[in-house]
Amino acid sequence: MLQGWVIVLASFLYLGVLFAIAWYADHRSDHGRSLIASPLVYALSLGVYCTTWTFYGSVGRAAANGIGFLPIYLGPTLLFALGGFILYRMIRIAKANRITSIADFVASRYGKSQLLGGLVTVIAVVGVIPYIALQLKAVSNSFTILGNYPEIVMPAAVGAVPLFQDSALYVAMILAAFTILFGTRHLDATERHEGMVAAIAVESVVKLVAFLAVGAFVVWGMHDGVGDIFARAAAVPEVATRLDRADAPAAYGSWGTLIFLSLFASLLLPRQFQIAVVENVDATHLNRAVWLFPLYLFLINLFVLPVALAGLMHFPPGTVDADTFVLTLPMAHQQETLALFVFIGGLSAATGMVIVETIALSTMVCNDLVMPLLLRMPWLGLAAKADLSGLLLEIRRWAIAIILGLGYLYFRVAGEAYALVSIGLISFAAVAQFAPVVLGGIFWKGGTRDGAVAGLAAGFVLWAYTLLLPSFAKSGWLPEGFIAHGLFGIELLRPQQLFGLGGLDEITHCLVWSLLANLGGYIGISLLRVPNAREARQATLFVGGADVAGHSMWGGSAGVGDLLPLAARFLGRERAEEAFQRHARSRGLRAIDELPADARLVNFAENQLAGAIGSASARVMVASVVKEEPLGIDEVMNILDEASQVRAYSRELEEKSQELTRATAELRDANERLRELDRMKDDFISTVTHELRTPLTSIRAFSEMLHEDPKTDLEQRTKFLGIIVSETVRLSRLINQILDLAKLESGRAEWTVTAIDVDEVIHEAADSLTALFAEKRVTLDLSGLDKGLTVMADRDRLMQVMVNLLSNALKFVPADSGMVRVGAEGTASEVRVSVGDNGPGIHADDHEVIFDKFRQGSGGTDVLTDKPQGTGLGLPISRQIIEYFNGRLWVESAPGAGARFLFTLPRQAGDNDKKTGGGT
Amino acid sequence: MIRTRLTSQRLAFLFLLGCIFFNYPLLSIFNKSGSFLGMPPLFAWLMGSWVVLIALMAFVVERTRD
Amino acid sequence: MANRILIVDDEPNIVISLEYLLKKEGFEVKVATDGEAALSQAADFRPDLVLLDVMMPKKSGFEVCESLRADATLADLKIIMLTAKGRETEVTKGLALGANAYITKPFSTKDLVARIKTLLA
Repeated sequence: MLQGWVIVLASFLYLGVLFAIAWYADHRSDHGRSLIASPLVYALSLGVYCTTWTFYGSVGRAAANGIGFLPIYLGPTLLFALGGFILYRMIRIAKANRITSIADFVASRYGKSQLLGGLVTVIAVVGVIPYIALQLKAVSNSFTILGNYPEIVMPAAVGAVPLFQDSALYVAMILAAFTILFGTRHLDATERHEGMVAAIAVESVVKLVAFLAVGAFVVWGMHDGVGDIFARAAAVPEVATRLDRADAPAAYGSWGTLIFLSLFASLLLPRQFQIAVVENVDATHLNRAVWLFPLYLFLINLFVLPVALAGLMHFPPGTVDADTFVLTLPMAHQQETLALFVFIGGLSAATGMVIVETIALSTMVCNDLVMPLLLRMPWLGLAAKADLSGLLLEIRRWAIAIILGLGYLYFRVAGEAYALVSIGLISFAAVAQFAPVVLGGIFWKGGTRDGAVAGLAAGFVLWAYTLLLPSFAKSGWLPEGFIAHGLFGIELLRPQQLFGLGGLDEITHCLVWSLLANLGGYIGISLLRVPNAREARQATLFVGGADVAGHSMWGGSAGVGDLLPLAARFLGRERAEEAFQRHARSRGLRAIDELPADARLVNFAENQLAGAIGSASARVMVASVVKEEPLGIDEVMNILDEASQVRAYSRELEEKSQELTRATAELRDANERLRELDRMKDDFISTVTHELRTPLTSIRAFSEMLHEDPKTDLEQRTKFLGIIVSETVRLSRLINQILDLAKLESGRAEWTVTAIDVDEVIHEAADSLTALFAEKRVTLDLSGLDKGLTVMADRDRLMQVMVNLLSNALKFVPADSGMVRVGAEGTASEVRVSVGDNGPGIHADDHEVIFDKFRQGSGGTDVLTDKPQGTGLGLPISRQIIEYFNGRLWVESAPGAGARFLFTLPRQAGDNDKKTGGGT
Repeated sequence: MIRTRLTSQRLAFLFLLGCIFFNYPLLSIFNKSGSFLGMPPLFAWLMGSWVVLIALMAFVVERTRD
Repeated sequence: MANRILIVDDEPNIVISLEYLLKKEGFEVKVATDGEAALSQAADFRPDLVLLDVMMPKKSGFEVCESLRADATLADLKIIMLTAKGRETEVTKGLALGANAYITKPFSTKDLVARIKTLLA
């Protein structure tokens, strides 16, 4: 009755029903009425944890070593007790950041690193492909065994079956097709597959019911209850040993290790992460799943030990593989329907695992391995392609096919080898390598990309060396001596007693070394530097909870015009426009076009892309269109919370304190300068006071005397009044010059800049002083003036300079023999005017001093000498004027050899009138 | 709700409890021959404490549900 | 016998006014226009009182004052310092150097004469 076609038909019917459920769920989801939005469905879909390794393998393990199968299920129970701390957090993070896989999670956490995403993907693929092979083997074996009903025949060694008669090949092909149908119907930004989840939940029910049915049949059909089985087993010595464990610390050690290991595996296996985190519809579903999922595990394990014991007692030792007891016990009792149901249950376990695992892996391979590579190959022209959504789906489909192909290949090659039997735990140990970077990533902000890469790589290498390679060796693919004598025969390098660490089972040994290296690398390398801005931001998003999500990393902006086509390339135009439309509505806008080109839009687009191609690739793609203003460190820091802010703050503090130190020094200098200025100002005021008081003294004295004594004779009176008048003039001139200088110095002076003939101005100045020169009988020689020199300057000011210089010279030359010689000549760029005299000359030390206010050089002392004529302000004012026109004024002189004052002016007036503070 | 801190802490307490229940040295107490409700003591202990733990988790989560 | 007064100032108009003022008051007056001249005049003329300007070429009024006070033969000489710089420190400095009085420019002629008469009384 159970001919091959019946089994095949039943299988296809079952898969057909599953697909219908999936299609219906997808359909409902598209219409916004999710079928899977319930804690129960969530908890059941988590049952994907139980693969054929559970369905068939638990009994096998129990038959081999009693309750040794239990830790694999106690671990997840404990994990869910920690659900609030770990899972809930991861779900919130994943939702906020549109995480699509565990590779994406790790990559995103450490600054959206493509390298990390790729590394996690490679580890996951290497670690999990053999696990997929295990499923193929189980389905294929169960098919073969059931096909031989009513005989109970163990399947032939795998290699013995020709390729095209190998049912596993067809199983692999059918599963690939099924997975492609389930997983890659369309690209969803959140990378969620509601139909698949619904199907998986149903599969969980099927396998649980199937297993419970077998258990019930074995316990109550074949025996008189659980007590009966145990009582009978206790009577059979070789079976009784399975009832307890050896009382040795090592045994408890490996027991603990397995609990620990399965705790992580139930979180970090790609399929577990997919179902528990990515496919989660509502984080609150976790509430009930916290106990529903462990209950599911409890139920599916309820009859494992009784079935194992029954099998051991029923079949003569060595005739039937304990892994098949679930199937062969009903067969042995002619329960065809039950056996077929069990087969379907096993098929459920296998398909559930394969579908979710391959979808998860294909997403990782596509987003974190293939796309980043393709996008880096400019010659492919991908960056310019208009629509990449098809390509993405194509890559995923191929990834699914290839992963299953690899699984099958592994199954063919490994066959009955050791490697396949223990591969479940080897896979667990592989994904346990993700534990430090994932858990560290959500609890510790200090982790860096380099640390994560180092930890993962070190853990992976040690895992491969201590667990994977030995399993190859035990399968005969590597020389036996590798395990016994170590690599190159070096004892210390024995893979399962590395560096002489003995007394542990291989899993514990592997975990000790690999996690030690992993943690050491992760923490050690992370601590080498502070996280950079990008890592710190991601750390905040992951560790600080998801509440800060939505802040953009982008300092720049891009408009809808850039982002929509970009999104459309990966999501397809229709889906992209839909998403943008939703985004626009959520911001209270009517149309996509109204969306402003801001960071929020860029962030939204990046999130959409992240859902399709992973966060790392999304960042790269968005970066290609965003006109990123250099991302200010302050801007990034603003986004960060406590720790980062504290760090930013302390950095700021450090800078501030340095600034403060600098400022203090500057202040000290400034204070010094100020004090000097103050002293100078004091001196200046004192000097001004003196200069003003001196004429006032004469004026007051003569006025009082004239006032007191009206009888002063006329001659005296006239003389005194003349002095009063001249002192008043002197006083006025002084006041005018002080005001003039103040104006020049403060930049409030007014300038009228015109082209000026130098020769003409000099003559005019000389004319105005002719009387004074004649009075002192001093010769004024104007023969050295070149004609036709023109400068751009203020005519009156230039006159002032010339009058100053001439009267200054006149002041110091001796009467009668005095001689003042004026010269003017031009070079290509400037006009040079000189006023030479045959006076006493100026000491070299005073060459600059005389340009200070109220300092007049004479006789080598710095005290004021000339009284009636000079104010001591002429030279400083002249210098101010000449410098205003970009010229220089200086003196050349030696004591006793006369003095020569020179000034230059540019022949082109340059940009004088643009100067700040200048007039006109 | 799992979001409330107290619930999370209660669950974490159950986690610790489970770690103790399921591990050495407590296990060694039950690791002996004999029979409890017709089952070997170790098996009975593990399945019993497991289901009790699940019940406690359910109690903690469901009781605090609004 | 009329008291002798030496006027030391480099400002010609001030010298003219002081000379006229003091002569009118009946003093015997001599003039020096710089510090060195002042010292030699003091030795020759042996005045009873010196009106000493502070800001002068060659030797400042302070230096002249110091030198005069160093000369034991001029112990009875009265010195009035005249300055256009009215700063407190200079007043103190002048008095510390042995000046009998310190008068800031511009001064009241009446006050000046009264001061001179008081010092010579």
